[in-house]
Amino acid sequence: MSSEVMTSPTDEFLKGLWRENPVFVQVLGMCPVLAVTNSAINALAMGLASTFVLVMANAAVSTLRNFIPKQVRIASYILIIATFVTIVEYVIQAMSLELHKALGAFISLIVVNCLILGRAEAFASKNTVPRAVLDGLGMGLGFTLALFCLGSVREILGSGALFGFSIFPEGYQPWVIMILPSGGFFTLGAWLLIFNAFAKRRAARLARQEPAL
Amino acid sequence: MNDEPLWSIFLNASLVNNFVLAYFLGICPFLGVSGKISTASRMGAAVTFVMLVSSACAYGIHAFLVMIDAPYLQLISFIVVIASTVQLVEMFIKKVSPALFRALGIFLPLITTNCAILGLALFQTNKGYDLVQSLTYAVGAGLGFTLALVLMAGVREKLDLADVPDVVRGTAVTLMVAGILSVGFMGFAGLGG
Repeated sequence: MSSEVMTSPTDEFLKGLWRENPVFVQVLGMCPVLAVTNSAINALAMGLASTFVLVMANAAVSTLRNFIPKQVRIASYILIIATFVTIVEYVIQAMSLELHKALGAFISLIVVNCLILGRAEAFASKNTVPRAVLDGLGMGLGFTLALFCLGSVREILGSGALFGFSIFPEGYQPWVIMILPSGGFFTLGAWLLIFNAFAKRRAARLARQEPAL
Repeated sequence: MNDEPLWSIFLNASLVNNFVLAYFLGICPFLGVSGKISTASRMGAAVTFVMLVSSACAYGIHAFLVMIDAPYLQLISFIVVIASTVQLVEMFIKKVSPALFRALGIFLPLITTNCAILGLALFQTNKGYDLVQSLTYAVGAGLGFTLALVLMAGVREKLDLADVPDVVRGTAVTLMVAGILSVGFMGFAGLGG
């Protein structure tokens, strides 16, 4: 990825949001995506916590990239990530006990989010610090965006509310299944379907343009 | 201390709160290696073994960290133990069955970043299980993971022959199937208390 031509800093940041969106396009870090998106606020908190870890881990890995021996790099990355996750966990606990309870073990499980290790290995270990930070920020915000997409759909359909404010008229019968585990699979499946359909259409359009050029 | 009976822990971990379909742990291998039943069941066996070993280690580490009063080291020490166990299993499989080693491919080292294993270590600590309870929990969770993986593989083997519209092919349809499986597992709710 990084061996290609140098891309502009804005592009480094934007690619994570859409073109290489970690959830919808790369299908990475699925566990938190499905587990904590039963409400929009949980999804946002989880996304921001992951973003913080992603940015800090990218920065640290990129700083140390010339010192870490190749053979033990994965173990070192995991240790770096685990350190930042521990920090995040204690910070969330100090800020909002309620949120800490709602997210439960999934805060600690950010350690094993393949997205973070993936970015450390694929990007941060080969690029300078500012670029790694931008990449982490973009990927993290893309991840947050995807989590929010899922969380809001599930909360609106599953409990007829968004951020706890009810938005449907009195008679609305909530689809309880959407906040249950199976709802997570269905919602993510539907989002991927939409993304696939768009990608297919763009590919078809490009194929049509190709002969004309 | 938690005095939950062993059979209840086992049922809970394997069926009622299935790690994959109810807790969403270990989704990556669940989507990645569930293409063929034979690979899926062996992956399940490998994960179950790693779970057993790391569960026992996690129990020991937790006791030690409580003794030296350093709970903030918990996460870091758990992940290091898991990573070394996976390394061990990887070398073992490579020696015993190179064919399986190739079939599992990248997903074998990725057991390290399999949330199911770290999740198991964290849950058993949170719930305050003793050693026997932890091991039962690990076996239950491992079997539950294997069961979900094999069921999924069975469905996908059939799905390969089905005429699915082009857009849904791939991850989207797999997720839909997983959703339906998860609905099925909800039927176990209430079992074992």
